[in-house]
Amino acid sequence: MSRALKELEQDGLRYMLNFPLLPDRASTLSVHVDALYFFLVALTLVFSVGIALAIVILAIRYRRERQPKPVPIEGSLVLELTWTIIPLGITMVIFIWAAAIYFYETRPPRGAMEIYAVGKQWMWKFEHVEGQREINTLHVPIGRDVRMIMTSQDVIHSFFVPAFRTKADVLPGRYTSVWFRPTKTGRYHLFCAEYCGTQHSGMIGEVVVMEAADYQQWAQSGTDGSLASAGEKNFQQYGCAMCHRSDTQGRGPNIVALYGKPVLLDDGRTVLADETYIRESIMNPGAKIASGFKNIMPSFEGQISEDEMVALVAYVKALGNGMANPPAPVANPDTGVYPVTPNKEPSMVAPNQPKPAPSQPKQK
Amino acid sequence: MSDSQTAVHVLKHHFRDMEQQNETSSFGMWVFLVTEIMFFGGLFCAYLIYRILYFDSFAAASSTIDVKWGAINTVVLICSSLTMALAVHAAQLGKRKVLVGFLIATIMLGGVFLGIKAKEYHDKFVEHHVPGPSFHFEVEPEMAEKFHAIDPAKTEIFFSLYFLMTGLHATHMVIGFGLLTWLVIAGSKGKYSPIYYSPVEMVGLYWHFVDIVWIWLFPLLYLISRHH
Amino acid sequence: MATTVAQPVEKTNYLNADYGIKSWLLTTDHKRIALLYLASVTFFFFIGGFFAMLIRLELLTPAGDLMQADTYNKVFTMHGVIMVFFFLIPSIPAVLGNFLVPLMVGAKDLAFPKINLLSWYLYMIGGAFALYGMINGGVDTGWTFYTPFSTTYSNTNVSMVAIGVFINGFSSIFTGLNFIVTIHRMRAPGLTWSRLPLFLWSHYATAVIMVLGTPVIAITLLLVAAERLLHLGIFDARLGGDPILFQHLFWFYSHPAVYIMILPAMGVISELVTCFSRKRAFGYYFVALASIGIAVIGFLVWAHHMFVAGISVYAAMVFSFLSYLVAIPSAIKVFNWTATLYKGSIRFTTPMLYVFGFIGLFTIGGMTGLFLAALGVDVHVTDTYFVVAHFHYIMVGGAIMAYLGGLHFWWPKITGRMYPESWAKLSALLVFVGFNLTFFPQFVLGYMGMPRRYWQYPPEFGVLNILSTAGASVLAVGYVFPMIYFAWSLRYGPKASANPWRAAGLEWTVPSPPSTFNFDETPVVTWEAYNYDEIEETEEAEVVG
Repeated sequence: MSRALKELEQDGLRYMLNFPLLPDRASTLSVHVDALYFFLVALTLVFSVGIALAIVILAIRYRRERQPKPVPIEGSLVLELTWTIIPLGITMVIFIWAAAIYFYETRPPRGAMEIYAVGKQWMWKFEHVEGQREINTLHVPIGRDVRMIMTSQDVIHSFFVPAFRTKADVLPGRYTSVWFRPTKTGRYHLFCAEYCGTQHSGMIGEVVVMEAADYQQWAQSGTDGSLASAGEKNFQQYGCAMCHRSDTQGRGPNIVALYGKPVLLDDGRTVLADETYIRESIMNPGAKIASGFKNIMPSFEGQISEDEMVALVAYVKALGNGMANPPAPVANPDTGVYPVTPNKEPSMVAPNQPKPAPSQPKQK
Repeated sequence: MSDSQTAVHVLKHHFRDMEQQNETSSFGMWVFLVTEIMFFGGLFCAYLIYRILYFDSFAAASSTIDVKWGAINTVVLICSSLTMALAVHAAQLGKRKVLVGFLIATIMLGGVFLGIKAKEYHDKFVEHHVPGPSFHFEVEPEMAEKFHAIDPAKTEIFFSLYFLMTGLHATHMVIGFGLLTWLVIAGSKGKYSPIYYSPVEMVGLYWHFVDIVWIWLFPLLYLISRHH
Repeated sequence: MATTVAQPVEKTNYLNADYGIKSWLLTTDHKRIALLYLASVTFFFFIGGFFAMLIRLELLTPAGDLMQADTYNKVFTMHGVIMVFFFLIPSIPAVLGNFLVPLMVGAKDLAFPKINLLSWYLYMIGGAFALYGMINGGVDTGWTFYTPFSTTYSNTNVSMVAIGVFINGFSSIFTGLNFIVTIHRMRAPGLTWSRLPLFLWSHYATAVIMVLGTPVIAITLLLVAAERLLHLGIFDARLGGDPILFQHLFWFYSHPAVYIMILPAMGVISELVTCFSRKRAFGYYFVALASIGIAVIGFLVWAHHMFVAGISVYAAMVFSFLSYLVAIPSAIKVFNWTATLYKGSIRFTTPMLYVFGFIGLFTIGGMTGLFLAALGVDVHVTDTYFVVAHFHYIMVGGAIMAYLGGLHFWWPKITGRMYPESWAKLSALLVFVGFNLTFFPQFVLGYMGMPRRYWQYPPEFGVLNILSTAGASVLAVGYVFPMIYFAWSLRYGPKASANPWRAAGLEWTVPSPPSTFNFDETPVVTWEAYNYDEIEETEEAEVVG
């Protein structure tokens, strides 16, 4: 009993001496956020202590016993201007400093490695492009830029790693992202930071930052192939290949060089083919029709899970990077004939209508 | 009852004179109408955003609503605003019977409006355009020709907003009926006179506002991309 | 000119003018309605406080061992809903505002007395719906009702509570309407805008926000209820709806709402600091216009609650910039109040202690707002206890302290009795100490990364949570004491004269308590606000002569 108490005492003392006021600094962003934070703390101290002192000093100096007769004072334009302009100046400095940090943290560098995340009540599912899947634990290599591409399967969640000083909400129907470059190995808290129901406080995990070599080893072990190859399987399984071929003969647009390019829509708008566009094209094809094509693609809403979607997105991206097998033409299962009905053929166009505009998405 | 006696009776205790009382109630009604603008404004904001995002679906959905009935309703409501204005005028001139007559005419025209609205709702019900489990939007080929990117799910959003906006409007009309009925009862008892008719004027303002909301709703809901 | 006049003890006043429950429940006297609000607002405060106590007890230990997770989620939701909608938003305007606005403008009542009573009934009906929903299973969406959780996933009484808040919104709207019209149209002769007490400037700005903002949350909550009950898809991504649209609509009101909560408090502080410094507010025009500035800019910053929600980088920049602008008028007020002390003649009464506490704590709370407006820092601390600490500093350290200060200040006017000064000072001290102990550790907790709305948490957050809970128990005592001694004072407190503080303002020229119709004759105002120089001279002349 006394030994337990002694341990408690020692722990307590150690705890008090090492009382944490900040999380670990484990990313390149952390020190920048902390620097601004310390500045703001100092500023708050200056103004709060300043005002508090002013109140104490004035209240004592001008207390009734020492100042029975008040002196009426209307105000002072000079003072008003001073204490308007100086705080305005200070706030603008803070704004610009904070905006610079924000610019940094919202623009992932080129060549960042990508990891997909699907949040659902009440767990995090991570899918590495090498094929590793994790639940609630996220392994990342030190010193590399990592970009998380995230969606939710149900309600809004939020991906929060205090040690990285970064956070982003995770939404249903959309992809959002954060990026970070870990700078310190170790295990760091991962929290869900947007209230999402019963086990919101249980939707936590760890980010494990590993040495590069260890990460390589870990990533290659025990997978059934990369995320993109899983996506390729889904692509075949869901029949996408029937219409989306790697030539111009498909009923649907050629998706090989699609990712990251602008797409001309039939109403004249141009949109960027990012992850959200790809997902929307599968779940809700009627929302945006590529110019020259018809609104005939069926929706896969309710048929494709977010996990499968993430794999498909990875596949389309890999196609764009030349890192996956383009979809081969697929024979019609009923006729055994390879469909040769490019969308430009008159038979695809309603009678008495002019031919549609060229079908290729606008190349950059 | 003489005019001055009426004035004494109707001046509330916390006002200096009738002028202050009338100005105050008028100002109050205008402030209230501003709150109503903000109230409907939330719905108009949602409508605006979704219409921009899903124009084709919205246009297709709008094309299934019968313009004829909407146009008739618009005329009916404008006429009811006319009868309301004439009622206020009658109150100003102290013409009790004319006042009550025009108030009743306003209520009847409002009733016609709601009746037609009920018919329109029924039509939507029959066509399975009421949002919910039984919602089903059939994309006609001519529709698909004109509007390429129709998504039935988005048409459901259109109809949700259609029912919410016209429903909220209809609720305001029903409240207006209550107010008008109160005026009819008080008016037939002779409570309003050239000295004191501000309740009639205030209800008139409210009724005109409800009319103006409809003037906005009609083109936004019925007339999306109707030009050929 | 404010004078002290000894009143005969048995004079009829608004309290004893009529007896019986009907005379209270059907009253149109703004002063009685203020007391109806005082009773109901206090009732809701203690219910909200009870839920707060449950939260802090659960958070005493890292494990979720006091109640189940679902229960905890309901508890913090109900704490937020009650405190925001049924306490903070009505408290000062509906209690002190209702009582004082007609008196301060020199009128016999508000512009629309019956609508004023309707306001109270709407508040009670809304509260009944909300309480029924809470008792009958609870609601677990958070007071922010984010979709799609609230519309599609939650299995609790969301619609019931949403409807309760919806109805309560109209109470707010009608109160605001009444204030705007009264201040515009019913000022006594000679009472120009530049002679108005700053309390009225603040309440005018508050009323503008109430009138313009509240209808938006009304329609938003109506949409949430409609979506739940009718299975619409306006906020459901699977049906093409957008959950972020909900957030925009919600925060479009809920940000200005926080100015509804703090502007009246600022008005109270202006009245108290001038009276107990015995001089005019420093920079009167700047303080008055700052209120209007806060109301206007306050409508332009709502998306600073959404920096990580998925809005564009450029939108975030705009809202961050505007959020810094809205901080400036508040800073101007703090500097002006402090400067009012300069060469004043300070009295350390209980209301003045609350003033000192307010200025200090509001400064800290306001400065931590700068952290949240800073995009880079906000990404880290949003949705953590940092935000919780920030808004409690403003709402509890600010608004509630001002409310208590105002209650003490105007208690003699409202009830005709004085409260016991020593007990009151002790309570003020307990509130100040307890408050800081409760909420300061939460800033640290937030930066360390403890998220909001967590039923259980990692052990390293334990010590700070223990400190916070300890503080809450002290704070609770500080709130219970006034309940007791205010009630005691109704019967045993010394009777108060018309102007025990020798304060400026038309409300102090009538007896304590006032008669039902406030003024026997309409006052004609020929003096500036806070004419303490004249008051002090009169006192001197009386003493000398």
